[in-house]
Amino acid sequence: MRTVTSERTTHPVLIFWMLAGWVGYLILPWYGIERFYEFDWLTDGYPLDTDYAPAAFLIGQGEKLWLAPMVPALLAPLAVLGRRKTDPLFARVLIVAGAGGFAWLIAQGFGVGLRGWGFSWLEALFGPLGDRQFGMGYGAMLVASSFLFLFTQGIAARGAVNGDVFVVSAIGGVITVVSIFVFFPIVRMLISAFVTQDGGYSVAVFLSKFFNDRLWGLGCLSGGRCGAAWNSLFLAIVVGLITTVLGLVFALVLTRSGFRHKNALRALTVLPIITPPFVIGLAIILLFGLSGSVTVFVADLLGIQPTRWVYGMKGIMIAQILAFTPIAFLVLIGVVEGVSPSMEEAAQTLRASRWQVFRTVSLPLMRPGLANAFLLGFIESMADFGNPLVLGGNFDVLSTEIFFAIVGAQYDQGRAAVLAIVLLGFTLGAFYAQRFWLGKKSYTTVSGKGDAGVHPQMPAGLAIPVLALAALWSAFTATIYVMIVYGSFVELWGVRNTLTFKHYLTAFSVRLEEGGIRWTGSAWDSFWTTIQIATIAAPLTAAVGLITAYLLTRQNFAGKNSFEFGTMLSFAIPGTVIGVSYILAFNVPPIEITGTGIILVVSFIFRNMPVGVRAGIASMTQLDKSLDESSLTLGANSWQTFRLVILPLLRPAILAALVYSFVRAMTAISAVIFLVSARYDMATSYIIGRVENNDYGLAIAYSTALIFVMLAAVGMLQIAVGRTRIGRRLSHETGGG
Amino acid sequence: MAMETVKGRAASVSFRNVSKIYGRDVLAVDDVSIDIAPGKLVTLLGPSGCGKTTMLRMIAGLEMASKGQIMIGDKDVTTLPATDRDVSMVFQSYALFPHMSVIENVSYGLKFSGFGKGETRDRAMAGLGLVGLTQLAERLPSELSGGQQQRVAVARALVLEPQVLLFDEPLSNLDAKLRRQVREEIRDIQQKLGLTVVYVTHDQEEALAVSDEIVVMRNASIAQVGTPQDLYEAPVDAFVADFIGEANLIPCRIEAVEDGTALISVGGFRHRVPARGLPPGPATLAVRPSRVRVQKGLDQDGVPARIAKATYVGSRMEYTVTADFGSLFAVLDDVEEPLAPGEDVTLHFAASGPVLIPAA
Repeated sequence: MRTVTSERTTHPVLIFWMLAGWVGYLILPWYGIERFYEFDWLTDGYPLDTDYAPAAFLIGQGEKLWLAPMVPALLAPLAVLGRRKTDPLFARVLIVAGAGGFAWLIAQGFGVGLRGWGFSWLEALFGPLGDRQFGMGYGAMLVASSFLFLFTQGIAARGAVNGDVFVVSAIGGVITVVSIFVFFPIVRMLISAFVTQDGGYSVAVFLSKFFNDRLWGLGCLSGGRCGAAWNSLFLAIVVGLITTVLGLVFALVLTRSGFRHKNALRALTVLPIITPPFVIGLAIILLFGLSGSVTVFVADLLGIQPTRWVYGMKGIMIAQILAFTPIAFLVLIGVVEGVSPSMEEAAQTLRASRWQVFRTVSLPLMRPGLANAFLLGFIESMADFGNPLVLGGNFDVLSTEIFFAIVGAQYDQGRAAVLAIVLLGFTLGAFYAQRFWLGKKSYTTVSGKGDAGVHPQMPAGLAIPVLALAALWSAFTATIYVMIVYGSFVELWGVRNTLTFKHYLTAFSVRLEEGGIRWTGSAWDSFWTTIQIATIAAPLTAAVGLITAYLLTRQNFAGKNSFEFGTMLSFAIPGTVIGVSYILAFNVPPIEITGTGIILVVSFIFRNMPVGVRAGIASMTQLDKSLDESSLTLGANSWQTFRLVILPLLRPAILAALVYSFVRAMTAISAVIFLVSARYDMATSYIIGRVENNDYGLAIAYSTALIFVMLAAVGMLQIAVGRTRIGRRLSHETGGG
Repeated sequence: MAMETVKGRAASVSFRNVSKIYGRDVLAVDDVSIDIAPGKLVTLLGPSGCGKTTMLRMIAGLEMASKGQIMIGDKDVTTLPATDRDVSMVFQSYALFPHMSVIENVSYGLKFSGFGKGETRDRAMAGLGLVGLTQLAERLPSELSGGQQQRVAVARALVLEPQVLLFDEPLSNLDAKLRRQVREEIRDIQQKLGLTVVYVTHDQEEALAVSDEIVVMRNASIAQVGTPQDLYEAPVDAFVADFIGEANLIPCRIEAVEDGTALISVGGFRHRVPARGLPPGPATLAVRPSRVRVQKGLDQDGVPARIAKATYVGSRMEYTVTADFGSLFAVLDDVEEPLAPGEDVTLHFAASGPVLIPAA
């Protein structure tokens, strides 16, 4: 006879979270400690020193008394430990204790800040406080988690999602972290767009910053300069369109032509993953810059002065098209291959010519892929920070303007926030437009049944230009990468063209001394920091992504659509916006993490989460749902099912998510540039710094090294995934009835 | 306790006014009440989309009833999730875990039932013994044939000694020859262990062959419940008559009813059949194709008709015959002297075969 969990009177999960709450309150330091990973505080006055004291000790010393009201919420669950889950009191006590405790924790966090009361009306109500508090730390984090999971257990006991504690807790956990690290910063940013210089709020200030000529000016139509918003929009639309077309070209060459070396084409998809975005910009300078090879060659040939023609929109556009075409290709290849050959064969047998088949069947079925590719190109171009910074010249775009508003001499948070809002408006607009355009039509052509058949070849009239374009682009890209590697060995491009290892030595020299190796190169600091941060972020990203994917594909619960929208939204938020919103939100208590490594880790997790979610969804839909169901009917609960059935079958997907988020963390720049600090400098921001100092040689050498490191990571992934072959996947259609 | 055997602990299943609504207004099961006796094999039969799989999943706890009450034994399980119900299920796709060997698959449920390592293995081996696969214990599911995978799925469900064992179209992924064999094995095991089995299928022949009782479903509700004979011999309406074993549905008229026997007229032809409580007036006569007698040549005593189509299917002849009231489908065993299309014939109905059902 199976024991029915709802009738048990022992609750190990409840006991665990209750104890966790007590540990957080009684033992761990309540406030944040500067060095998160270090434990000096243990010997430095703990537990009585107020900087390191746990909440209980603070109250014992008569300090920070606003932490006291959490005690009853921490103790309340004791009262229902011996009760059954089905007892209404069990659910009610946990919900009230969890929600109440959590709400109070948040309220006191915002209510009391660095300078006493957090809001002026509190001061008016209670008089001056004469005390203050810093950002939350280990203790607060643990207590907050404890409250959260007490609350979700209460909700589960009331019967939500069939009383499944694991699923309800997972939903609660994901909603909480996404709210804190995606929505809260965005809201903070929106608010700060209205802040006046003396700290008040004013719509007029917002409007004056919003309707600014530097943002919306149309001077370029009459020979002057246009506003950054128009520049960005125009650039993004053109780049989106061209990369989509080029991506489609390559996808067609791969699936619908007699081209032989298709594996070489597939290698293209690796390029954007391993190349930091601004590297293309650097190579463009080597080719077309003032002393670029092509510029000098042409100038000599025609006997004219070399110019800086490439700086500005032209240069950015060329660099972005080169950088983002592989991304469009990556999206389109799946879609173009996914069009069921039997559809096209059916059209052929219905007397359509090749050209008619392509125009009336293949192309319309690729529509969602085209929309996706355009959206990605658009967002990437909008968010791209490295190329405009390297090549922009006098051409202002939103992402660089935001950067200069924050780090420049002007230091205007409000302006940065307004610019970020405009940028966010554009990308969200594109996001909505894409959903609107695709509508509710079904484009599913893969039915799960075996689909023999081959894709027809392109009509000749299409094949020739397509192949020509593909060849041209490939040659150009190959040149670019050769230039990068070659450039890293040239002493001073265009001036002293001698080959040298100088740049590598400056960056990566190592000295063997007594007592070990000394990393004397100037790049090592940022390199190791990058590796460390990426290593910490990768498993967390994969975990959040896979759990979210599990909830989206395997569970049904109220509000699932908004849940999906919320988790996918961060995909449409440009990194620059994340960067700005993070420094605005996490610079002050209750969460005070700017300048630490944590903020970098957190930003990577939520920047890359949609990637993990998508990878997880893609592979989980391959797993027949009856696998979970049979595990459930065999008596496993949903956590055991997740651990014993789903996770082992997802091993390749997990590995891919790990490596991918690792590599993305290494190449990211747009959010990172705002969040780095002297102590935590990242490779990409270091390189950008070298570029700004005109130290191109070192920048290119460092970039080359990064590319090879990531190539190695991706290569190891390929080998590892190739080895983890497991049994055949089951993908039957579920029966009717 | 002896470890070598797998025992049944059969319990009854009852639905009390159960409804299942998907989303806002898609009614999958509509106010169904039914009692399944312990130790019986009951089939849920119906066309796709009739709610039979939803019924099965509600017994398993994979779907929750929107209204009503579900009992297993004398316990109300309406709100219990699948994990907590003492029910196992054999899936259409078998749902064997591809990363576990056969023995690991079969042991999976035992691990969560609080058995020790040794006992888990003994019980799992006993289960495999029951389906005759002891030698393949270390294989991966992908190394087994379809029929073997199916048996592993059955063994995995059986070893938990569930109160109720559920089958969701278990034979649909097997080829025709294997189907008969596996279906007999399932029936054997069920009878040997005295299990309560609920079985979903859309194949009426399969249902007739394995069931103690059949529940015919249509449009989210029950059309008829009865033994295979009941359903075949005495369908309550045209839907059941046609769904179970095909039937010619001929409009007719009840002229008079005497002592439970009705005098009916079909075209000009008169016939006596049990009235089954129907009053005089229009009705439908359901005649199985095998119960139509076709006689060569025209005869006074019968319905005049003509062969429209003749098909040779090996063991018998199939004819489409047209008469005044429409066309009929008839099956004759005589393949030696087949009738040719266009030939005039006379139709008779067998004495016990045709049944009256309410007018469609």
